[in-house]
Amino acid sequence: MKISVQTSDFDVSNELAIMRSSNPAIGAVVNFVGLVRDRNDGQTVSAMELEHYPGMTEKSLQAIAEQAQQRWNLLDVLIIHRVGVLQPKDQIVMVAAASAHRGEAFAACEFMMDYLKTEAPFWKKETTPEGERWVDARESDSVAKHKWNASSSELQK
Amino acid sequence: MKIQLKFFASVREKLGCGSEVLELDVNSVSAHQVRDLLISRGGVWAEVLAPNKALRMACNQQMLNGDVTLQDGAELAFFPPVTGG
Repeated sequence: MKISVQTSDFDVSNELAIMRSSNPAIGAVVNFVGLVRDRNDGQTVSAMELEHYPGMTEKSLQAIAEQAQQRWNLLDVLIIHRVGVLQPKDQIVMVAAASAHRGEAFAACEFMMDYLKTEAPFWKKETTPEGERWVDARESDSVAKHKWNASSSELQK
Repeated sequence: MKIQLKFFASVREKLGCGSEVLELDVNSVSAHQVRDLLISRGGVWAEVLAPNKALRMACNQQMLNGDVTLQDGAELAFFPPVTGG
């Protein structure tokens, strides 16, 4: 398992190569990369600053990765999240899950992103032509996270 | 008892304060009692920490759902809903 909160960029192929080489039982790796967009809510975005809660952030990402491992049969997981000032097109976050077959890796990757969006203490501030503004939390992210609770209670029925 | 307060993002900016050590003459206090105490300072404190605000709290770096009794030396953080990823 790799959890990292860092200012520096990351190399997706390098991270996946390390993951692949760690265990020959891995048959599937699903990877998500989130990027800074140049537009949000109708405004041009020239820069984005990510603030976080040092200490809690790492614990929170670790807990999310562990929950995914408890829920699915995973052979490895990775979460890298950048902080500091980023520009449009920059990579913000990488989440990857490895398993023997694709189904578990697909589900775990989406689960970790949905939880990260609503649980991990990061905050985005955008620079627009009208000045700086804090990004508001989206209701759709909360809905995306809750669907995992709904599907687990359906499984229990 | 001492409580370590932390503030992040828009909450930190509006309060003009990232952290503070709160000293209290009591042996036991809950997270929401601390919030009420900060609100009673009035001004920007009352505005930013108001009960109707979409505010999240964490106790000892765990997201708080509901209330919790704080131990001496506890870390209590206030911040807006998170927006990472």
